[in-house]
Order: sequence, then C-alpha cells, then structure tokens
Amino acid sequence: MQEITREALVAKASELFEKGVVDRMLGWKKGEFSYDVTPGVFTSMDEVNKDFIWDDFCGANFSKYLLKETAKTEKKVLVFLKPCDTYSFNQLLTEHRFDREKVYAVGIPCNGMADPKKLKELVDGVSSVDFEGDKVVAHTLFDGDKELACADLLPDRCVHCKSKKHVAYDELLGSDGEVLDSGRFDEVEKLEKMTPDERFAFWQGELSRCIRCNACRDVCPACTCEKCVFDNPNSGVENKAAANSFEEKMFHIIRAFHVAGRCTDCGECSRVCPQHIPLHLLNRKFIKDIDAFYGDYQAGEEVGSRAPLVNYTQGDLEPSEAVERGNHHE
Amino acid sequence: MDNREPLMPTIGVVTDIRIDTPDVKTFRVVTPDGKKAFEHKPGQCAMLSIPGVGEAMFSITSSPTNEEYMEFSIKKCGCVTEWLHSMEVGQEITIRGPYGHPFPVDTEFVGKDMLFIAGGIGLAPLRSVINYCRHYRDRYGKIDIVYGSRSMQDLVDYQEIINEWEKDAGVEVHLTIDREQPEWNGHVGFVPNYVKELGFDTNKVAILCGPPIMIKFTLAGLIELGFDKTQVYTTLELRMKCGIGKCGRCNVGAKYVCKDGPVFRCDQLDELPNEY
Amino acid sequence: MSKVRKVSLARLDEFFSAIAHSERLYLPVDTAAGAEYKEWAEGTKWSDALNTVRSAKDFFFPQTENLMDFKMHEKQIEIIDTRRETEDFVVFGVRACDARAFRVLDNVFLAEPVDTYYQNRREHGTIVTVACTRPVETCFCGTFDIDPANADGDVNAYKTEDALYLEAKTEKGEKLLAALTAVTEEADEKPVEAQKALIKERMARLPLANLRPDAFGKDKTSEFFNAPEWKELSESCLGCGTCTFICPTCQCYDIRDFNTGHGVKRFRCWDSCMYSDFTKMSAGQPRLTQMERFRQRFMHKLVYYPTNNEGLFSCVGCGRCMNRCPIQMNIVKVMKKLGGGKQNG
Repeated sequence: MQEITREALVAKASELFEKGVVDRMLGWKKGEFSYDVTPGVFTSMDEVNKDFIWDDFCGANFSKYLLKETAKTEKKVLVFLKPCDTYSFNQLLTEHRFDREKVYAVGIPCNGMADPKKLKELVDGVSSVDFEGDKVVAHTLFDGDKELACADLLPDRCVHCKSKKHVAYDELLGSDGEVLDSGRFDEVEKLEKMTPDERFAFWQGELSRCIRCNACRDVCPACTCEKCVFDNPNSGVENKAAANSFEEKMFHIIRAFHVAGRCTDCGECSRVCPQHIPLHLLNRKFIKDIDAFYGDYQAGEEVGSRAPLVNYTQGDLEPSEAVERGNHHE
Repeated sequence: MDNREPLMPTIGVVTDIRIDTPDVKTFRVVTPDGKKAFEHKPGQCAMLSIPGVGEAMFSITSSPTNEEYMEFSIKKCGCVTEWLHSMEVGQEITIRGPYGHPFPVDTEFVGKDMLFIAGGIGLAPLRSVINYCRHYRDRYGKIDIVYGSRSMQDLVDYQEIINEWEKDAGVEVHLTIDREQPEWNGHVGFVPNYVKELGFDTNKVAILCGPPIMIKFTLAGLIELGFDKTQVYTTLELRMKCGIGKCGRCNVGAKYVCKDGPVFRCDQLDELPNEY
Repeated sequence: MSKVRKVSLARLDEFFSAIAHSERLYLPVDTAAGAEYKEWAEGTKWSDALNTVRSAKDFFFPQTENLMDFKMHEKQIEIIDTRRETEDFVVFGVRACDARAFRVLDNVFLAEPVDTYYQNRREHGTIVTVACTRPVETCFCGTFDIDPANADGDVNAYKTEDALYLEAKTEKGEKLLAALTAVTEEADEKPVEAQKALIKERMARLPLANLRPDAFGKDKTSEFFNAPEWKELSESCLGCGTCTFICPTCQCYDIRDFNTGHGVKRFRCWDSCMYSDFTKMSAGQPRLTQMERFRQRFMHKLVYYPTNNEGLFSCVGCGRCMNRCPIQMNIVKVMKKLGGGKQNG
C-alpha cells in the first residue's frame, strides 16, 4: 500500500489547476478490474475526479510522455514522479528532450508497485483487489477471496529497487527516502557465472519468445530517437519478420548498446513486455560493467552529468584492458 | 491444393522504354512469348515487381484495345520505381493482375460527353480510358481533355497528345503549365483555375486524376460550375501489398481501394472516412 | 446411442500418442510466459490454461511464411512455386473464442480470390476445442454470441474431474474420433450436459457478461469515425502492435523480399495497422497520427468488418489484449467509452 493517498494527489492537482499553473496532468486512469491501470492525460478536474487513480498498480513511468505533452501546452504539465521515475526525468533533461519550464513535477514516495502479471500467476479470475497495509485481498470469481502479501506481487524492478530518493521535483509530497543497495546486480552475476553456452541457451530461450512488437523500445525513456533505425525501411533491418533466429537477439542487443550509459534502470522494458522477457537484465549488465570499468555511475542522478561513455578522462580503462576483464568473467 | 494462387505473379518482358519527362518513363510489357499478360479494363491496375527490390501497384496506362502489349507510365519516387527507371530493354519483371474496379466505360459513360482532367502523372490512368474512348469513338459524345503539369517538360505523353489526340475529330485538348516558359505558347496556370476559366457545360461526366490538392480544388471548381458529385469520377492511390483486399493496407472505411476501387465516383467517396 | 466418446484423464497420454501416431498433434504447453502451442511428443504435458499467449491463428496464418522463390539470371527471372501440400494435423485444446476466430479469418482468406496458403492448412487441420469450465474476468466471448460450451470445433471436448468427453461436430471430427476408438470408450451424454450447465452458470457470473456490441456493427462508420473519444482512448498508445500480434482475428500482412545471396525469397509476415509505416507511401501518409491508426484497428473490428460480413464482429472476446497491452488499453474500454449509455456490464 502507498504512503500518499489518492485524495492528497487530487487535492494537489485541484490546487494547481485552480491557480492556473497547469492545464494538463499526466496520471493513471482506472480500468475494469483494479489492476488494469492506463496512463493518460487529464485536462480538467472533472476528469481527474472521475477517472484518476493512485494505488500499487500505478507503475507506469510518465517521464517519456512529457516529450509529447510539454509540446502541447502554453502553461505547465503536472506530473507525479515516483523515485525511480525521477531518474528518467533527469536523463531526458540531460538529453534536452523537453522543456523543464513546462513541467510541474510532484515527487511522490513509493513503497513498491504491484505487478498484474504476478497477480495473475497466483490467482485465477480476479474481479477486484483491495490493499490493506502490507496485505492484498484479491476477490475472485469462483474461489472466494484470496489474501496475499504485497511483497508477493512486487515486480522484479521493485524487489531490487535502486532508490527511494527523488532526484528531481518541484514539490515533494510525503517523505523522501535513500538510495538503496538491494542487490540489483545479483541476477547479472548469476548470468556471468554461467558458461558461455549456458548463457547463450538462457538468452536463446528468453528471446525466442520475442514477437518484435517493439513495446520495450516504445516505452523506454532512453529510446527517444525521432526515427528508430528499426523503423527505417532503408536500414535493411526493418523487417517485422525475422529472417533467421538471430534477428530478435540482434534487435535487443543493438538496443541495449544504444541505451548503454543512458539507461537509468527504470525497468519499464520488462514491465511492458507481453512475453515476460527479462529485458532489464541486458541493460543491467551494461550498467554493472560501466560501474566496474569507469567507476560508479547512475544515469539520471544529476541533470547534465557526463556519462562515462561520452566522457574522456586520463584514468579511463584502455579498451584492451576492458576486453581482458571481459574475458575474465567467462 | 488449388493451383491458382493470386499472389503468384507471371513473367513480363520489358520490350520498350520511352522517356516521357525527366522523372516519368513508359514501359512496354509482354509475356516471354510476346503476348499480353492478361486482359484488363480501363482504370484497372497491376502489381509489378523486381524480386529482391519489391512489388508495387501501378495503373495500366495502355488501352485494353491495344491487343499487342501493355504499357505503364511510371514516375520515379521510391525503391521499386527507381529500380524500374534504371533497367534496360529486355529486362524481365514480374506482373500480376488485373486489380480493382475499372471506369464504367461500357455502362454509365456510354453516350456521354466526356471531360478528362489530369495533373502531372495523373494522366497515366486516364490515358487508358481516353484511348479506349477514342477507339470506340462513336459510343461517346464530345471529349475534352484538360491536362496540366509543372512545366512543358513534365507533360506526360506529350507527343501522343499533339500528334494523335489533338488531331481527332470531336476531341479537344486544353494543355496548361504552372509557370511561364519561353518555348511555351499555350495556357499558363493551375488546372483547377483553368477548368473554371474554360467553363464547361454540365451535361457530361468528368474524370479526375492528379495530386490530392489538385483533385480537391478541381472538384470544388466543378461543383461551382454546377456539376453534381455523381457525375465526377476519380481514382485513388493508397499503399497496397496484396492487391486482393486481404492484407488490410488500403482499407478505408469498409472499402478496400485495391478491390472496391481504385475508381470511385465522388459521391461514393463522401461516404468513406477521410483517410485517402 | 450416444455419439459421445470419453477418455479417462489418466489415459490422456495414450490418447495423444494415438493421434500423434498418424498426424502431427499440437497442444498448449506451459512456458515461462504462459501457455503456448507446441508439437506433442512423448512426455509433453498438456496445459489446460485458459488462453495461449499467441492465438491458434498461427497454424493457418503463421507469423512468417515463404510464399515463393525467385532465381535471377542476368535479365531473366525464374519464379519457383514453393507451395507443398500440407500434411494433416490436429490442434487440440482450442478455446471457443479462437475457434470462432477461424470463421473470421475464413471470411477474408477464403473469399475469392482464395488464398491457397491459408486454404491448404485449413483443409488439413482438424480442430479439437476444449470447453472453458473456468473462464476468467477478462473473458467476454458471450458479447459476440460465442458459447464456450458449444464451440465451432471439428471435435468439442469437455473436461471433467476424471475424464475428457469428446463429441464430433463435423465430418473431419468424426473421422478423427473413428480412428481413436481403441483409446476412447463410449460414454453417456449426462456428464457433458452437466458441464454445459456449469459453464452457462459461470459465464453469467463474469463481470463482462452484460457487455453488448449492439451500438456497433454494420454501416456505423459515420456514427463513430469522428467521435471525440478516440483522442483520449489513443493518447497513451505506444503503437507497439502487441494487440494485433496476439489477436486471434487480426489478419493484416506485409509481403517482402529477402535476398539470400543465392536467390530471392518472397515472404509474408504479420503486419499491424498500429504501425506508422503500414500506410506510408513515397507520396504521402493518410494516417498521420497514432489516433488515426488506433481508430482504424477498432473501427475495423467493430464496424468495417461487420459491414462486409453480415454483421459478424471481428472480435471474439478472448481477452488477450486485456492481459497483454503495455498500457492496459483494450477493446472493452473502447466499447464502453464509445458505446456510451448503450453499453452495460
């Protein structure tokens, strides 16, 4: 359950709409069954009062939506940012993707979100869900009520939450937290310990399910190219159908390379993957290596920071040494 | 298994390439044994392809009354067309068709005065109808052709127009170009305005083809002159892949342009959502 | 005499083995991402999970398929027809929604001119449906008058606590069951009737049981095309096309050429009206924004397709889009929002 109530957010929105500070708000819209929350744009308090929702299923990160919405307004866009969202927010500012003056960012604390995929794995036929403290009660169609712990529904990105601290906001509701060490590289280490064949088999198994919908790219706050190479008919790699079984891997590997050093590890890619592929692990491997080779670096921690891959210092690792260290992992 | 697979093309040989304008060439196509690949009606289209480059839909420019070959006037504007423009006589391509609904040349058009209005490469689909009407001259009334392009050099089929069409009895050709040129003695100005200046009587059918903006203003002009939308026909161009109303690409409202079009009467277009 | 046959659940492996002995058998199997159809082999465990991640349309309209080959020699082209007669196969475990989807696809692919690739597979495939005794909250096949207790299969199966009851519905189905008499036994119809009653009772309790499509259908283009609601519904759409890929009725495709170095393969693959390049031409783009592309998908399912197919909707209420859309937008939300007061449930 979340520390800040929906009512507190509605009151804040009401104040900002009334004062004329904002003329639109990015927020979560309630769905049919409590868990199917849709990110949306609210342009009046009527809409907010009617459809706005804030609970554990409000996982969507709005940072990327700011690109489109800030371009539409003369005033400001109100956006609620959870701690991990603020990193994406800063990273986009670092890359000059939207006008900071057009945003009113309200930081809100996050106790970890709930993953509808996990809910459905655990419970069949959920008609609605109630949160009570650290418990979740799922009302089902044919099996009565089922009680679960909030922890059972935590998506992987929240299990390994990197930070409860907001790195950007105009105003903070509730309390701020700390940067955490929750073992987010544990799974990467597991993969590193595998033999190359095992690792290949692991990714082969995961990526073979990819249907090339590109949802991971479309939702990724680091993927903001005006025209993606994979959408360019002249690139030769635009094919929606894979010419061979390596093509899916190529797409994901290229994407991981492209966002390396800019990925804040927000986990949206894995959240939206319709095939439940743990795509964030590819990005985390890059983050781990960058940390190891160039010193700890968290993309999005500060606006304007020089990322290791676009910066040169005399202490930088020689490429040959990187290869050597890379081999060491095997 | 049924052997007639609609997506399976046949071979066509390019036997002649005519340079029409700086970016339009006309290709003559026959089967390897020198026949027409298939019969068609004016306004219908065919899928041409170069394997490895792609397949695309083109209107058949030649009249069905031509018993020896088919012709396609093609403007260079994408991958497939660029390849077609770079090829030489003797090259094989693939061809399948015919696709779509033709102009109603044997029904609604019979006995009528005809007004053809084309802009740029828009003459290509109309040439088939114009030559069909010229062939069966006594079935139709007076024929007026208003044709405009950016410049004199951009007028497609210029030689055929001045050597054949203009010399026919009962056929009047009104050419125009967008901007003055020293060697041009004819009319200068945009097609929609020229149509209004010419001021046709409304006792005829009008057939329009050209860039969307030209169609829009010409149609408005015709309505100003007193034409009803039921007298005006046009032909649409949308992206197509299958040509048989299945792949979904050219779907506009409940219609598939490849199958239910490309020829539409303007009042029928009003019933479609504005997505063409 | 009852036409119903049964096989005890304990002997299911023998039953599958008997089918697989004479033709390929595909059935849902659990994977990390949910159930997917796999070919049965000794040891394969059938998953009676409600819906597979991808629908059964793959069997007749695969995501990618080779259409033909070309060999290029100087200026000459050789066209190679690579079509082969498909071998008979059985798809087991299809749900009523997916079974109805074949009818939706048939109306497209088997309409003149017939798509022989699809027709070939359709003729050789036998569908065994399994009735849904445990529908979930995202099921709304009833909206489109689909009865999960009486599906459009060649054989309809009903699973009880201890047995699988089988009823042939078509000639193909009768042929399949006739070949399986050694592993099935004659059965009473009563357990099947009991299952049907249970399903009926459970369907009525679904949260979307009262959702009706009556506001939509034939010739309603002008009523919905310019509705202001499209903007809000589509505003956070990512344009990823996941909905079209998992949808059992989406049938848009692309045709492309692939140069192998030794020749050219012309293949067909699924495409999506949700993609910007779907309608992009060198000369222009009739659908400029995601709103227009989003609208196309739903207008096609709820209005355009019914207009061309005697009112049949191109949605079967399987609920896959409700489970897989990254932004949790789906056809139910669209119907409720656009249908306004005319919608219940």
